[in-house]
Amino acid sequence: MLYFAKWKIILIAVICTMGVAFALPNFLDRQTADGLPDWLPHQQINLGLDLQGGSHLLLEVDVDSVTVERLEALVDSVRSALRKEKIGYRGLGAARESLSFTLTDPQESDAVRTLVRDLEPGLVIEQEEGAFKVSYTPQTLREMETATMSQSIEIVRRRIDETGTREPTIQRQGADRILIQLPGVKDPEHVKALLGRTAKLTLHLLDKKTPAMIKDNKAPVGAMIVPSGDPSSIEPFFVVRKRVMISGDRLDNAQATYDSNTGRWIVNFKFDSVGSRKFGKITSENVSKRLVIILDGMVVSAPVIREPILGGSGQISGSFTADSANDLALLLRAGALPAPLTILEERSVGPSLGADSIAAGKIACIIGFIAVIVFMILGYGLFGVMADVALIINLAIIFGALSLLQATLTLPGIAGIVLTVGMAVDANVLIFEHIREEVMGGRTPINAIEAGYKRALTTIIDANVTTLIAALFLFEFGTGPIKGFAVTLSIGIATSMFTAIMVTRLMVVTWLRRRRPQILPV
Amino acid sequence: MRLIKLVPADTNFDFTGKRLAAFSLSVAMIILSLLFFTVRGLNFGIDFQGGIMIDVKFEQAPDIPSLRTQLDGLDLGEVEIQEFGEPENILIRVQRQKGDEKAQLAAITAVKEVLGDGPDYRRTEFVGPKVGSELIAAGTWAVCLSLLAIMIYIWFRFEWQFGIGAVVALMHDVATTIGLFAILQLEFNLSTIAAILTIAGYSINDTVVVYDRVRENLRKYRKMPLPDLLNKSINQTLARTTMTSVTTLLALLALYFFGGEVIHDFVFAMIWGVFVGTYSSIFVAAPLLIKLNLRRDFGEGPAAPAGEETPA
Repeated sequence: MLYFAKWKIILIAVICTMGVAFALPNFLDRQTADGLPDWLPHQQINLGLDLQGGSHLLLEVDVDSVTVERLEALVDSVRSALRKEKIGYRGLGAARESLSFTLTDPQESDAVRTLVRDLEPGLVIEQEEGAFKVSYTPQTLREMETATMSQSIEIVRRRIDETGTREPTIQRQGADRILIQLPGVKDPEHVKALLGRTAKLTLHLLDKKTPAMIKDNKAPVGAMIVPSGDPSSIEPFFVVRKRVMISGDRLDNAQATYDSNTGRWIVNFKFDSVGSRKFGKITSENVSKRLVIILDGMVVSAPVIREPILGGSGQISGSFTADSANDLALLLRAGALPAPLTILEERSVGPSLGADSIAAGKIACIIGFIAVIVFMILGYGLFGVMADVALIINLAIIFGALSLLQATLTLPGIAGIVLTVGMAVDANVLIFEHIREEVMGGRTPINAIEAGYKRALTTIIDANVTTLIAALFLFEFGTGPIKGFAVTLSIGIATSMFTAIMVTRLMVVTWLRRRRPQILPV
Repeated sequence: MRLIKLVPADTNFDFTGKRLAAFSLSVAMIILSLLFFTVRGLNFGIDFQGGIMIDVKFEQAPDIPSLRTQLDGLDLGEVEIQEFGEPENILIRVQRQKGDEKAQLAAITAVKEVLGDGPDYRRTEFVGPKVGSELIAAGTWAVCLSLLAIMIYIWFRFEWQFGIGAVVALMHDVATTIGLFAILQLEFNLSTIAAILTIAGYSINDTVVVYDRVRENLRKYRKMPLPDLLNKSINQTLARTTMTSVTTLLALLALYFFGGEVIHDFVFAMIWGVFVGTYSSIFVAAPLLIKLNLRRDFGEGPAAPAGEETPA
């Protein structure tokens, strides 16, 4: 216990120096720290959203809606295939996870099985006496889910990038969730509004029947009834052909502009080359008909096609304000979400609270630190001073480790550090009390110190491992700020064990060698 | 320099002799906790219940009654408005809205429209019903699994009686902390779970120190009756226990008074935890060893290896 090999002393010195070196950049301002040469540590601790301000949003992607959509499309292709082959059927429709139909003549089952199988890969076809049940294989479903998720994340990222948020974190969480962290975002309501919209833009033609000719809200075959997005519109409903002439995924650009002639805000859009050709063809073939622009299930405008539009650009005029026109343009540029998103959880912190929390945390840290330091000196004298030096090194290593690991410091994380300051001295207290006891038992200083360290060691390890167990579970099950607390607490436990067992012991031993005291000052 | 000694060097308090009184006190505290827990219930924060919390700071102290009338006009169900730390700062809690997550978001927008763009929105938190129930599950798992893991570790390092004693002491601390939250109707949220786990960590730390000394003394004083031996062990570790409790309390008090309003309840729970954790190590964990029939041949040499079962 009293002998230190040279390499051990060097190792302890290296760890302490590194701790201090990695902690130091945190005392510089960001620019100075970034300007440090590469060979010097220059990383600063990441501040959690609760300290720097920002928004944490947890989104859920409605993955099932994509499956349902795909099944409905499959119903359409099955219907047209059967009709083409003139095969009689009844009861064709899609349920939640499968579609089913029954053949009039079960004899044709084998032919139909081949027919359906060729429609799309990855189908499971069950058939019994002409009754068919078609679903997707689990693998296809998984692929659909993965595709939907990655596409959703991509669109979310584009939308957020458009808002100009710096360093957003967007990551998939679990099967169908997306976690977004937006440091420094000032208007979380706006971001939420942008994410809450699917922004699915489709262009359709108007049906021959007018709303006046519709009874019981029943749309004619191949058409659908779509409400107007403008509640004050003179046309509250439109009867629209179901067929999508062209959709928003062919858009190349969209911009909001102020039309000085009408004094209204409009959104100009431009299709890509394929889209432009298609748009040109549609507008050429349907001059003087009305083109219906549908956004997320609502008609935004339904202009009459006056002449073929060959350049691929068009405009949407509705009752826009500057903000809503800009938002729509942004959404169109970023693209439509493959499935609707739901915001499950929001935690937003304004920048002022973050700054207040940092200030409060600093003060609490300093006061707690000074109180503990003074108390240790009062309680243990010279040994207390040594424990205090170890405590300072301990803090430096904690900050160094947090910077090195790029861990996130949260407000509960600061609480964890302050708590560590209080608890870190425990290992030293244990040792000192053991030494005291040994001295009272009549041992010589060297023997007392030797025995004190030896006996305290198992206790220190047992006591800290159990606390570490609690901290690890906290990390595993906690979210956000709580995780930050678990991180600082765990690091603090590890570093305080190191400083108590290694650093103070080295100090005590060195002092013992130099002074060879006859009586221990405890 | 004369050093401060909080506890004289060799105390000889009869801790285990008061175990009946201590057990009665503990049982009473637990019954009281359970009573309040079942009758009054916990004041669940939005983390677990779902709902909306908006922490907003005005330039001047707002007129809370008129604000309440305005917000009640929104028909959002129960709306709680309270001052938060200072008169300019208020905390608005809106109960979970009927319907799905969209309804919750609409409620946030409605409240913010009433408050306007002027004030400083310091925190806006919203937890949907789905996440709320997941967080309850995760929190319960975290507490239960860590208790189990701690018990297994102690069992592995000591004897089974120590494992059970430590966990009973821990459950005592957890139960009374939850009880304290039920009695004072403090907000019970995710950070409370963090506080509970930290209390568990602190309390087990304390218990292990006492147990370690018991183990050491069991080897040293083979003839001493168990209650006396426990007393001796507790007295021997008393100086360390008080010293560490005081340094930890100093740090926590600094956090409590200077750490800001946001972590107030969190720190309060931990301060309570230092007291109850220290108490339970001395008065619950150690005396329990008597009740659990701790065997005297424990820790003897190879002649009677630890872990060998003999009927008591």
